Order: sequence, then C-alpha cells, then structure tokens
Amino acid sequence: MNPWIEKQRSLIDFTLASLARRKTRNLGLLAVYGLLVFVLASVMLFVHALRQEATAILDGTPEVILQRMVAGRHDLIPPGYLERIGRIRGVQAKEGRLWGYYYDPVVKANYTFMVPGHEIAPGTLHIGPGLARERGLAPGNTVSFRSYSGRLFAFTVGAVLPQKSELASADLVLLSEQDFRAFFEYPAGHYTDIALSVANPQEVRTVAAKLANALPDSRPILREEVLRTYASIFDWREGIVLTVLAGALFAFAILAWDKASGLSAEEKREIGILKAIGWETGDVIKMKFWEGTLVSLAAFLLGYVGAYLHVFRFDAALFEPVLKGWAVLYPRFSLTPAIDGLAVATLFFFTVVPYTAAVLVPIWRAATTDPDAVMRA
Amino acid sequence: MTRRPSAVAFVLAALGFAAVAATFSDAARLARERQPFRGETAALAAKLGLTDLALFTEARYTRHPTQADLHSAFQDHPLALEHFPTGSLVVPRPHEPLDRKTAQPD
Repeated sequence: MNPWIEKQRSLIDFTLASLARRKTRNLGLLAVYGLLVFVLASVMLFVHALRQEATAILDGTPEVILQRMVAGRHDLIPPGYLERIGRIRGVQAKEGRLWGYYYDPVVKANYTFMVPGHEIAPGTLHIGPGLARERGLAPGNTVSFRSYSGRLFAFTVGAVLPQKSELASADLVLLSEQDFRAFFEYPAGHYTDIALSVANPQEVRTVAAKLANALPDSRPILREEVLRTYASIFDWREGIVLTVLAGALFAFAILAWDKASGLSAEEKREIGILKAIGWETGDVIKMKFWEGTLVSLAAFLLGYVGAYLHVFRFDAALFEPVLKGWAVLYPRFSLTPAIDGLAVATLFFFTVVPYTAAVLVPIWRAATTDPDAVMRA
Repeated sequence: MTRRPSAVAFVLAALGFAAVAATFSDAARLARERQPFRGETAALAAKLGLTDLALFTEARYTRHPTQADLHSAFQDHPLALEHFPTGSLVVPRPHEPLDRKTAQPD
C-alpha cells in the first residue's frame, strides 16, 4: 500500500483510540453537534421545499385581482364596477368573486367561505379536509352555522375536497352564490373582488396600469406580487428561526471553541509523550486534523440525514407547533422534496471546516513547544 | 484478525456519504410520487382562483397575506406587528380571552 495512505490510516487508528479513551465527552459533543446540524438542515430543507410548493401551487392564481379601496380599506365591488372596466386590450376574461371569512365558535376556527366558478347545488357545501376532520364531517352529514345576523343555516355536506390538496384547501367552504349571499346578507350585485385573466404575461403590468388609471379607487394585485409575497414570507420565517437559533449557535461555538482550543491537561500530556517518543510536530497536527474532521463529518452526516428524514419522511413533525401559531385549523401535508445542492454544500462547509480549523490552532501551539515543558505544564 | 479502527471508520463514512447520496435519489423518487398530488392541488387552486396557502388560518391577514389591506399588520411577513416606528413605542392591545374561566368553581 502507498506509504502515505498507510501513515494516514495509522494516524486515524491512533486518533480513534484516543477519542475512545474519552468516550462520554466525545459522544456528548457529537450528539450536541449533530443536533445543531439537524435543526439547521431541517429549517433549510423545510423552507426551501415550502417555497417551491407555494410557487408550484399558486402558479395558476389569477393574473390580476382587482380590489376596491374605500378610505384605505378593502371594500365590496358595487354593481356597475365590472362594466366600468370596459374592454381593456389583453384581458381575456373578468369575473366578480365572492368570498369571505367565518369564525366557527364550535371549534374556535376560522373558515374561508367561497363561491367557486362551477355550480354547487343550493343547500350543499363542499368542505376542505381540515374542516371535515376538525368537525368530524363526511359527505351526506348536515352541518349548521349561525350567520353574523344570528340566523341558523343548515347545509348538507356534498363533498370533501381531496386530502392531498389540504395545503391550499384545509379551511375552505364552497357554497352556491345564492347561499353565500343569504348567509352573509351580501347586497345583490356586489362582489368581494374581481379576477382578471390576461393572456400575455408581458401585458400584465400594462393592464394593471390601465386599470389603476381607469379606476383610481382600485388596487390591482398581480400574480407575480403574490408569488413574491410568499417568497418573502418564507425567507422571513427562515430568518426568524435562524435568529432564534443564533443563541444556540453561539453557545455551541463557545463550547466547540472551548473544547477544541482549551486543551485539557490530559491532552497536553499526551502530546508531550508523543513528542518525547519521537512524533514530529507535523504528525501531531495531522492526528488532530483527523480528530476534528472525523467528529465534524460524523455530526454533519448524522444531522443532515436525520433532517431529511424528519422533513420529508415524518412531515416536519417537530416544526408543526411552531408553524401552527394561533390557528386551530392546520393543514396536514407532505412536502414534495426539493433539495438545494448548493445549500447542502454550504452547510457542509460551515459545519466541517470551522471546527477542524478550531482544533488545529491550539495544537499548533502545544505541538511546537518543548515536550518537557508541555508535560510539566 | 481484529479489524483496524480506521477500516471501521472508512466503512461508516462511506455509509454516511451513501446515505447523503440516497437522500437525493429518495427526494427525486418522492418528488415523482407526490407530483400528481401537487398537480391536483395546483389544479384546484387554479380552478378556484386561490391566492394563498391555508397555512395560517387565525386571522384574515395571515390567511390571505397577499390580499391584506395595504399597510395592515402582518402583510409583508407574519411576525411584523407594525410597519412604522410607533410599533416600537406603543404596545399592542392584549388579546381578549375568548373563553374565560369562572371565578368560582361550578
């Protein structure tokens, strides 16, 4: 075998034996280190996959949503407003939408009531899977809601939306226009907002500018703004989690630095003996280099693989309480895996390199001094 | 013959790297498997004209952050209480408890 490789193998053998002599301490360090990589990698994988999911799901959102503002607040679209938009070049279709919120005191959850484009029979609801689970409803059941005017409305559950679409539909209640207007006492001819579809993506901004000119009290929301908002929300969430984690990171940095830079008397004696029996400074440094590499590499491998399993095989179960916030209705969803190779490489670099470097600095100092002085210290 | 510790370490490291490589292939396989569900969700979202994910249902500006009033709290990011410096001077109103406990045991 190549003598260089054989030498490195012997050094690794020696390093492992040396690590095994302080088993509890090193295993403890590996556990804390691995856990830290696990949390960082979990946040990274989860946020990246969620961002991809949001982009994919909301890709078909209407090109332009037009809201009407009154005194700086979102207001209903009055009759005749749709006609005032007139014929704007590039707009394929325009349609008034009806949707709103309802607080259900039974389970203390908020629902989104919506009138879909397709027909739903009056007296029937199509409900989201999250709501069905929370209220224990199945197709054919009857459910009643007390409207904001105090009247009680009974509906039959016609269908439950597919469980797989829960990320977008957990709290939805789809009902007919007639029921929606009666339930919320929505004035006839009024709408919540207007959805416009624009065929050519290049024209969306022009259409929005024309709309803002024609209707100064309107606020157009473009699809690209929707997607941008979601990108910024998840960046922010990731940032917040990492900020919270910063304390733990610093604590670990101090621990690692202390462990790596502050040599124990036992380690110093070991270095002294090694030098006394003829080890060269270079060999001692190589041995410590292998120690740092083996510990940090093991922590990275364990932490990253654990994080992958947590996020994509166990649906990020540990993050659920954090993300749930105040909401009663929380969607159960499995993210479609999307791994950012560059982010994994960055994580690898920042977990393995600094620790290995931190191990080397004090060793250099100890290994270059006289063995007698090191052993006596 | 006893196995050298370095040989065990190499095998473990190789297994670890293989596991990392396996996460990529597993991710590709899972992505193919879950693609139809994502497609179904996207189709539903497109059909209903949904603009937001049902991740945070507690308030209207968290349920539909993209549709919230301009300058409303949480519009840009869920944890932002206020856009303006007033937010750092005036403490937000404490939440009114929805279900109060009785002072005396029933």
